[in-house]
Amino acid sequence: MTEKNRHDTPMLDELENGPWPSFISGIKRLRDEHPTERINGVANDLLGQLEHSYETRKGYWKGGTVSVYGYGGGIIPRFSEVGQQFPESKEFHTLRVQPPAGNHYSTDILRQLADSWEKWGSGLVTFHGQTGNIMFIGASTENTQHFFDEINDYGFDLGGAGPCVRTAMSCVGGARCEQSCANEHKIHRTLVNNFTDDVHRPALPYKFKFKVSGCPNDCMNSIERADMAVIGTWRDDMKVDQDAWKAYVAEKGRQHTIDNIITRCPTRCMSLKDDDSLEVDNRNCVRCMHCLNVVPKALSPGDDKGVSILMGGKRTLKIGDLMGTVIVPFMKLDSEEDYERITEIAESTIDFWAENGLEHERCGEMIERIGIVNFLEGIGIDVDPHMIADPRQSSYVRMDGWDDEAVKWFERQAENRSAAG
Amino acid sequence: MAKEMRQPIESGCPDGFQYMHPAMVKNFGQWQWHDHPRPGVLRHVAKSGDAVWTVKAGTQRILDVFTLRKLCDIGDQFADGYVRFTIRSNIEYMVTDEAKVEPLIAALEGEGFVVGGTANSVAMISHTQGWLHCDIPGTDASGVVKAMMDELIDEFRNCNMPNRVHITTSCCQINCGGQGDIAINVQHTKPPKINHDLVANVCERPSVVARCPVAAIRPAQVNGKPTLEVDEKKCICCGACYPPCPPMQINDPENTKLAIWVGGNHSNARSKPSFQKLVASGVPNNPPRWPEATAIVKRILQAYKDDARDWERINDWIDRIGWPRFFEATGLPFTKFHIDNWRGARKSLNASTHIRF
Repeated sequence: MTEKNRHDTPMLDELENGPWPSFISGIKRLRDEHPTERINGVANDLLGQLEHSYETRKGYWKGGTVSVYGYGGGIIPRFSEVGQQFPESKEFHTLRVQPPAGNHYSTDILRQLADSWEKWGSGLVTFHGQTGNIMFIGASTENTQHFFDEINDYGFDLGGAGPCVRTAMSCVGGARCEQSCANEHKIHRTLVNNFTDDVHRPALPYKFKFKVSGCPNDCMNSIERADMAVIGTWRDDMKVDQDAWKAYVAEKGRQHTIDNIITRCPTRCMSLKDDDSLEVDNRNCVRCMHCLNVVPKALSPGDDKGVSILMGGKRTLKIGDLMGTVIVPFMKLDSEEDYERITEIAESTIDFWAENGLEHERCGEMIERIGIVNFLEGIGIDVDPHMIADPRQSSYVRMDGWDDEAVKWFERQAENRSAAG
Repeated sequence: MAKEMRQPIESGCPDGFQYMHPAMVKNFGQWQWHDHPRPGVLRHVAKSGDAVWTVKAGTQRILDVFTLRKLCDIGDQFADGYVRFTIRSNIEYMVTDEAKVEPLIAALEGEGFVVGGTANSVAMISHTQGWLHCDIPGTDASGVVKAMMDELIDEFRNCNMPNRVHITTSCCQINCGGQGDIAINVQHTKPPKINHDLVANVCERPSVVARCPVAAIRPAQVNGKPTLEVDEKKCICCGACYPPCPPMQINDPENTKLAIWVGGNHSNARSKPSFQKLVASGVPNNPPRWPEATAIVKRILQAYKDDARDWERINDWIDRIGWPRFFEATGLPFTKFHIDNWRGARKSLNASTHIRF
């Protein structure tokens, strides 16, 4: 690329100043230093269009229909509205590629992906987009297929785009975190890989996201961002290593301990005893994680681990932000049967929503519209007081089936007692 | 001759174990505790006695292949050829030999990457695509983030905040950036400008009508052509009609503004998860460096740093001090727009005499 063919980018150049790494400098490297002329040209016109956006404060990409042979989704098509001025980047599609569970990579596989991508694409990539995909940003319509074929041969597959099951996310979890209460990687892959057809061929009311966090710190933001959030937890007593605890109190002092741990417990279930040991009212512990986060050397999750499942989280469009709410307060995830059960819950949820959701209606919005009791009946899950913050406040409801419902509750209680032996 | 098309291999999400650092494979599910030897570094100790030091670094997120290979080179040299990425697009290197930590940090910093983002720091801003790639953006997320991180870099490198601070940006009101302790999001202030010549050909009109959260869109005829019109008194300027109907242009160089929200928190730690609340709007969408938005973010961070107690996230802090004190401490104006009028809004009013003086 000769200097005179380069677009002037006075505004973007401002983003090369300052100490944080600059994405503009990276795109310029592709323009100026990459051995492939195609990439030089794409990077140059991309910079030109972006500068035009900065000057006019508007975006110039429009969508369209691009996919690969055999699939209906997975690509974010982008055609330039100013392609005549910037022809080499006029087709600039993103491929959404599912990352390995937990976002682990060997440098070998990253290099292999980089090699494939510079062969067919722009050379720009993000690990990862907000849904969790590897975003290969910038391929022409024709090269989209070539790039996919190449990476598909060595084990990578497209994620979701459009009204479909989307790429899932899971935290680092058991790979490196002592708070992990579940096999996040296995849950992630079991769920999303059960729905590959629904990932690749968009035919649902709208998007459906699974996210898996190994503990209630919820590093994957699943309650606020996933239609089905699976979060590790435990139901026996948390573990207290009293020697490590006392060492902490001795090091930090009682006032620090009271101000930062004891009084921060949301259910006031902790007490610092006169001998500096810790007493926990485990029946009232809500597994908020705060004390475990502050003193991980002394406090840990219990042994009877499993997951809580919340459903219905989503962002603003259309009825406003919704959080997921409890659907399954606790279930074990040890045996293959347990994994079959969680898969069944996901299947019955997606089936019910596919049947009853309106076009462009997220699962949580459907629940809001029809009421959670109708949703629970639809997916075959019994009501449970863990699902609510408070019972009903309004008397304006017809309750002539009360006696039957009360009988059901006592029957379920009896079943649970006999199951527990 | 054209290559024969083959059916895709529907392998879905790859198994992470094949790319996982061997010390993490060996100790999977068997970790005992962690500590935080210095900003940007975590030490995890397993029940086996094995220890792994993780060095976290911020990057430009939109990586060119040169930068990606540079990150790989560093991984080969110091971290056994394994890396992982966090949800906020930081890169993490794991080493089993403590002696490698400082040289690894030196190598990353020598190449211009920024080591930090752990514990009570300002983490990397999570962001969306913006003008670089989105079809409906009101601003450029990558540019806002680059300009802002230039100014917050010392808060990323150090752990001077009461607790971690997650900042997010979004280029439209759909808010793909998600919830954050501080969120900088596009806020449109005028109804869409409609190109009536194009609507009938480009838009599936019933689904555009259905998309409007306040039922302000209705079918119409303009110059004999079927189109859509907007009841501008009802319109909340959210831009939801623009993605399914590009001739309903919502973006505008002057009237597309930024709004700033605080107190979004995903974690269940201490309080239940919380959604962010509006604190400032009308902030100019001012490329290439958006100085007005950064100034407000810094003001909020300073007030939080000065006044919050250890472990309080921004939402915990405001819960304790109350909203009047937040506006006082930050010097931000409180307006009628701060009072919610969406569904469920009554729950956000103060139905008590709990008032701080």
